[in-house]
Amino acid sequence: MSPDQGRYGPRHRLLSVLVENKAGVLARVAGLFSRRGYNIYSLAVAPTDNERFSRISIVVDVESSPLEQVVAQLDKLINVVEISELHPDEAREAELLLVSVSADAGQRSQVIQLVGVFGGRIVDVGHDALTVMVAGAPEVIDDFEDLMRPYGIAGLQRTGRIALPKLTERFSASGAAAPAADIA
Amino acid sequence: MEFTGAQALVKSLEMQEVEVMFGLPGGAILPVYDPIIDSPIRHILVRHEQGAGHMAEGYAQATGRPGVAMVTSGPAATNIVTALADAYMDSIPLVCITGQVATSAIGTDAFQETDTTGITLGVTKHNWLVTDAADIPRIVREAFHIATTGRPGPVLIDFPKDVANSSMEWYWPDDVDLPGYQPASHPDPEAIRAAASLVLAAERPVIYAGGGILKSRASEALRQLVYLTGIPVVTTLMARGSFPDSHPLCLGMPGMHGNYTAVTAMQKADLLVALGSRFDDRVTGKVSAFAPGAKVVHVDIDKAEIGKVRRPEVGVVADCRLAVEALVEAITASGPLDNNRLAPWIATLRRWQAEYPCTYDRSGSESPGTTAGASRRPTLKPQFVIESLRASTPADTILVSGVGQHQMWASQYWSFEYPNTWINSGGLGTMGFAVPAAIGAKVGRPDRMVWAVDGDGCFQMTAQELATATAERVPVKIAILNNAYLGMVRQWQHMFYEERYSEVYLSPDLPDYVGWAESMGCIGLRVESPEEVIPAIEKANEVDDRPVVIDFRTDSMEQVFPMVPAGASNDDIVTYQSQSALRQGAQQ
Repeated sequence: MSPDQGRYGPRHRLLSVLVENKAGVLARVAGLFSRRGYNIYSLAVAPTDNERFSRISIVVDVESSPLEQVVAQLDKLINVVEISELHPDEAREAELLLVSVSADAGQRSQVIQLVGVFGGRIVDVGHDALTVMVAGAPEVIDDFEDLMRPYGIAGLQRTGRIALPKLTERFSASGAAAPAADIA
Repeated sequence: MEFTGAQALVKSLEMQEVEVMFGLPGGAILPVYDPIIDSPIRHILVRHEQGAGHMAEGYAQATGRPGVAMVTSGPAATNIVTALADAYMDSIPLVCITGQVATSAIGTDAFQETDTTGITLGVTKHNWLVTDAADIPRIVREAFHIATTGRPGPVLIDFPKDVANSSMEWYWPDDVDLPGYQPASHPDPEAIRAAASLVLAAERPVIYAGGGILKSRASEALRQLVYLTGIPVVTTLMARGSFPDSHPLCLGMPGMHGNYTAVTAMQKADLLVALGSRFDDRVTGKVSAFAPGAKVVHVDIDKAEIGKVRRPEVGVVADCRLAVEALVEAITASGPLDNNRLAPWIATLRRWQAEYPCTYDRSGSESPGTTAGASRRPTLKPQFVIESLRASTPADTILVSGVGQHQMWASQYWSFEYPNTWINSGGLGTMGFAVPAAIGAKVGRPDRMVWAVDGDGCFQMTAQELATATAERVPVKIAILNNAYLGMVRQWQHMFYEERYSEVYLSPDLPDYVGWAESMGCIGLRVESPEEVIPAIEKANEVDDRPVVIDFRTDSMEQVFPMVPAGASNDDIVTYQSQSALRQGAQQ
């Protein structure tokens, strides 16, 4: 991970990797990246609708190594079934954010209003803080995070981006975001 | 039929037609060692687990079949990691079985517990932790399939003791179901056509043959390609013997210690046809200065090798033999070739060969005793030992080496005529490889004479396995080129550290190598001067009931030339000739 190198940009490419849902798969993928000196910007893993397979969404930093070499090496892992690169304009991308924001009585209504604008949900309420969940396109999540920062962020967790190719005819909004889970 | 997990494992190995395995028992693997008693599989008891791994590698390289090693958990597993890493680098099919603590104890820091699958993740093609005895036949079948197909490599099965002791209903799977594993085989016809047109257009082509030629059994196909096209061949360290050195178009070994013609032919080529080779840094030198005028056709079964170091004009992801055969077919279909089209190029190569042969100071060897004063014994040149060994052994002798100067001299001065007659640690550079690998090779090919050429530093790392060889009656022959130094390190300190020798002296007499050999039930011989060389080799060749070790006391000052300094361009090759000119210049 290299969060200090800035947000998802031209040097970042998104790979959608279908893997067999077997013990240690995540370690194999992560181990390959570290062994060959590739950088992971973000990573999300969860089972697919077929319990035999999981999908790993990896945002790769291609500054250190060309993407085709990363893909070719990944493809050699026995448990990796399929790799596709998702271009931002050909994919539906989503991310989930949980953030605890300072919100005393004077600020609470402003925060709640912003959460409403972003289609988020308040999932926990304290005396002077709120915990909020927002799902959406990663850029939208970036914007929301920026808007919350001035209020004071006490805790923040993002899932990393997940994605599927765009459907040619219609887009189903359901299942656009899912929490990350560790299959290793 | 109901089997224990241990019985199922041994039965599965039998189903894979394993004839021999190398190993050493211990706590966690104990259940498996019981059914071994009743199995037709021959088990060779080693003295150190690293030895088991290298023996399995030597066996695999000599026979083309997967090598099998079995050891216990913890330190045994970590001891065999070196051999796995070695096999991974050199693409050697290996199936390694390790014992593991009971599944209930995994993660508790139990006695002799290590995270073996975690540790070996980066040095195996794949590995498994068996958690259910019912999975054993499937996993063993997958393990052999993965180890031996595609780009071959080592695999590891970690086998917890409670799984070995539990029971399962025996079955044998008809097939493997690996949705993520589809090794390449046939080449893309379009790529072959593109490759053929580059071959036909080239004026200074070179075939850059690598270990993939041997792995895919493509030697005969390569010979046809050369016969058809007249293109000269360099054989890398991993490919020595894949194309006969005696062939007029064989230029020998390229790379850091390759001969001048092989190195320079690649530098000046307008086309490199890379067949199962991977543009290793020891071959390319400084990559940006490597073969600057050459277009590249790169054939490899591993897609990740295409463009990893050098971007080819044509990449062919395929089995090397199938690709070379397809190339032969495509070139043949394009009509007859002009036999003289490469004549100027071949003439240039011949001039280089005449001008810069791979050579050394032979004055002491040719007329022993007459070159120096009576008080000075003529020095024994290591290259002379290799040449004498070659001249005194059958053409199909299997030569095994360790890593260092002796390895380079062996590759330079031995004439390889057949595939799979050269076994060494190429990619990883594992000192101590030779003695156990030679034992494995001889176990696999008892019909062949097996000689190891070893350095004194290397020998001391694994020579306890001579006890294994004696006990198992494996009559290998070991030639130690004893220069009393870690010779290659000494050479680098000589050349690049202003002759400041740091921690490289070993002493010629410690240990007493003849005494070592005899204490391990081998015959030990010592050779100190050139005239003793051939008689000692002939004596060793007559022995067929036990190992023989010859302690050749060679010239400590001798260095390996030619040499391309690390990180330098291959154009800056330092030859023996240029070194002699320097020395003469200094004397005047």
